[in-house]
Amino acid sequence: MKILVPVKRVPDPYAKVAPNADGSDIARDSLPYAVNPFDEIALEEAIRLKEAGSATEIVAVSVGSEESTEQLRTALAMGADRAILVQTSDWLDAPAVARLLAAVYRRENPDLILLGKQAVDMDNNQVGQMLAAMLDLPQATFASKIEAQSGQMRVERETDNGTETVSVTLPAIITADLRLNEPRYVALTGIVRARSKPLETLTSADLGVSVSASVRLVRVETPPKRQAGKRVESPQQLVQLLKEEAKVI
Amino acid sequence: MSQLTLRGGEFLLREAEPRDTFIYEDFTSEDLLIAQAADEFIRGEVLPKNDAIDHQEEGLAVQLLKKAGELGLLGADLPEMYGGLGLAKMTSTLLAEKMSLQASFAVSTGAHSGIGTLPILFFGTPEQKKKYVPRLATGELVGAFSLSEAGCGSDPLSARTKATLSPDGKHYLLNGEKMWTTNGGWADVFIVFAKIDGEQFSAFIVERGFPGVSVGREEHKLGIKGSSTRRVILENAQVPVENLLHIAGKGHHVAFGVLNIGRFKLAAAGLGGCREALTIATRYAKDRQQFGKSISEFGLIKEKLAEMAIRIFALESAVYRTAGMLNEAFHGIDAGAENANELYHHADEEFPVECAILKVLGSEVLDFVADETVQIHGGFGYTEEFPAAQIYRDSRINRIFEGTNEINRLLMLDQMMKRAMKGKLPGMMEAAQAIRSELNQPMMPSPDPTDPVEQVERHVKNAKKIILMTAGMAVEEVGMQLQEKQEIVARLSDCMIHLFAMESAWLRVRKLQEKGLDATIASAMMQVYAYDAFDAIEASARRAILSFVEGDMRHILLTALKRYARRIEINTMELRRQIAEYVIEHERAWSASGK
Ligand SMILES: Cc1cc2nc3c(=O)[nH]c(=O)nc-3n(C[C@H](O)[C@H](O)[C@H](O)COP(=O)(O)OP(=O)(O)OC[C@H]3O[C@@H](n4cnc5c(N)ncnc54)[C@H](O)[C@@H]3O)c2cc1C
Repeated sequence: MKILVPVKRVPDPYAKVAPNADGSDIARDSLPYAVNPFDEIALEEAIRLKEAGSATEIVAVSVGSEESTEQLRTALAMGADRAILVQTSDWLDAPAVARLLAAVYRRENPDLILLGKQAVDMDNNQVGQMLAAMLDLPQATFASKIEAQSGQMRVERETDNGTETVSVTLPAIITADLRLNEPRYVALTGIVRARSKPLETLTSADLGVSVSASVRLVRVETPPKRQAGKRVESPQQLVQLLKEEAKVI
Repeated sequence: MSQLTLRGGEFLLREAEPRDTFIYEDFTSEDLLIAQAADEFIRGEVLPKNDAIDHQEEGLAVQLLKKAGELGLLGADLPEMYGGLGLAKMTSTLLAEKMSLQASFAVSTGAHSGIGTLPILFFGTPEQKKKYVPRLATGELVGAFSLSEAGCGSDPLSARTKATLSPDGKHYLLNGEKMWTTNGGWADVFIVFAKIDGEQFSAFIVERGFPGVSVGREEHKLGIKGSSTRRVILENAQVPVENLLHIAGKGHHVAFGVLNIGRFKLAAAGLGGCREALTIATRYAKDRQQFGKSISEFGLIKEKLAEMAIRIFALESAVYRTAGMLNEAFHGIDAGAENANELYHHADEEFPVECAILKVLGSEVLDFVADETVQIHGGFGYTEEFPAAQIYRDSRINRIFEGTNEINRLLMLDQMMKRAMKGKLPGMMEAAQAIRSELNQPMMPSPDPTDPVEQVERHVKNAKKIILMTAGMAVEEVGMQLQEKQEIVARLSDCMIHLFAMESAWLRVRKLQEKGLDATIASAMMQVYAYDAFDAIEASARRAILSFVEGDMRHILLTALKRYARRIEINTMELRRQIAEYVIEHERAWSASGK
């Protein structure tokens, strides 16, 4: 089984982000970046499938600027066998990313695309589902457990009502949820080994895909500051205020 | 050894160039990935267990050491043929910085990878290396170094532990007690020093399981409580003759031959501790309200935050500059070569002055930062509820071990003079001569430069002249008795430490500018550091001069000092405020890029 794992370069989830001067984007100067945590979980799962003998090859792919090679190097250091950068400096909406990944799918013909359920920068939760639609493949989203069976994957999904177990026939798309696994620490030996692993760069033109966006980023602003709290004397007063002032009950 | 751009000690005589200077901002993305891997391990696995580590929870430290070993964090700069990764000294220095956040664990890993492993790599036979180094590299074995005894610390060659050859000639029998062995509680392999027949000071590779080897109880320490410090007790301990390390009677090569790297790495670890402490102090200062505002808005707190950042910047510049120098010396040594040990020895001997400077600078900046971290926390800094107290306790050891700072100050000048006498510092005489003839010329006052980099350049050049002049005259006037006048030696060493740090900061700022990186805050830090360092150099030189000459000669020297010590005045309060704003906004010490 060959697995394609898309990984996105995102601002480090622990870094503080703020809008830039004209509010057209977040301020990106001196912002640290990381692999999108959900993609890291997807990659970890792919590596475990390979270690268990179910997978034979793991290809990491990233869509983004040249700097995304840093995240691909991390993926290679963790255990991906090779990497592809689809290099673009355009601002991409989710359909454009899905179109590019679909084109990579057609080039690579993997048995499985395993990716994060969402990227923590935009929190869209769209690319996996769009890919499934574009490629007309079965999908299992929000996976919290994955088991390889012959020609199929058994996936436990976390839903609001409990755990749902589904089975998808390969080729298929699975998106990873937080509880799927805990990614390993990158070993220095892995980083050194990654030096000699292939990293290929493609452009949207190479893939024959238009990246024109149907969604536009209009403005970035900080949420309003929280108002200072109010101390109430009694439960009765609380209920009254919730009714009359906050108007929530 | 490849061609060195600056030999050991030469920084005092010649001008260094930015292009030959390694700076933090030269690291590749692979280096940064390595740093990140270490950082994630420490923050993810080690820091959350801080309390358990400090209480020496049974088995925890060893378990973490092994995990670190599995990830390749312990053998970074060991050669690949012995199970290491063969990384450059700069990269392994970066790693040492990142591994330092839990001080006890840093001491455990540092002692293991440094003084616990390097003696075998540098001095062992190929068989000894094959037997021990690969297993030390992965943490399968834990290493330790037993040099000090209760009766001898700073003077280790007076050790009383003895070795005698067994009647059948198969073993050395060791008798005595070593004190202060880091990792004593859990090490598998000890480098032990003993005198064969009470005379020939020698090193031995001693396994924990050898008959007659045992360890004492844990010392109850002021800080780094999670590190293990024990006596190693040797009662007719049977050490196979093939475990003699290096040559009988040449144990001092081994003892001193790994201390340079150890001292240097201590500074790198200190740097990591400093950066973390500044972040903790800054967050607290922003959070803590007094008189209706954050204490970070008060000038005196800003001054503290700025000063911490400034010293960290100077230390960081000096650490990575020296890492680059050490790398030049060690780069390209073929670990499998027949004369590998000779090459290691040669490389290690090159930079004792710089390593001693870094040891003192690193431990003193760390202590300063730890102390101010407590002060910014006020009363809460004095309780165990906040991390400041532990930072304070943990930092203190660094001025004591790996040679006390007194010993390192003495050693600095001693080594400098030895190098000069052995002809390893060509140009020393010429430099001293040039100063003399310059002093005989009337000086035309030149206009003060306005560019900060040029201002500091003048201070750096003149600081070198002040030191050369003062040291040269001290040697001339006091002669061989200089060793007895330790106060003078220490003042000269202080001058060298300040010079090396300010020059390193200056070189880094120039290189940052050449790289087109934003050096505004870096340049401000360089300016303030250099201003104060230059003051300190003048004051130390004056104190030294006043203590060794009198009469006309004193007058001449003080006049010359005044000439070279002409300062370019700047408003350091304004600069410090700018620096503090940066620290407060970013909640960390300065860095050119994201992390
Ligand atoms: C936690 C800890 C871990 C350690 N780990 C190890 C280890 O793993 N292996 C090991 O071998 N050792 C280790 N040591 C020992 C350490 O290296 C020594 O404590 C240190 O070298 C100082 O020696 P001492 O304690 O005997 O002090 P002393 O030598 O007695 O020094 C006392 C004071 O006198 C000063 N002094 C001494 N000689 C001179 C002089 N000539 N001129 C001026 N001043 C002088 C010193 O600077 C110091 O201020 C450790 C110590 C501690 C506390």
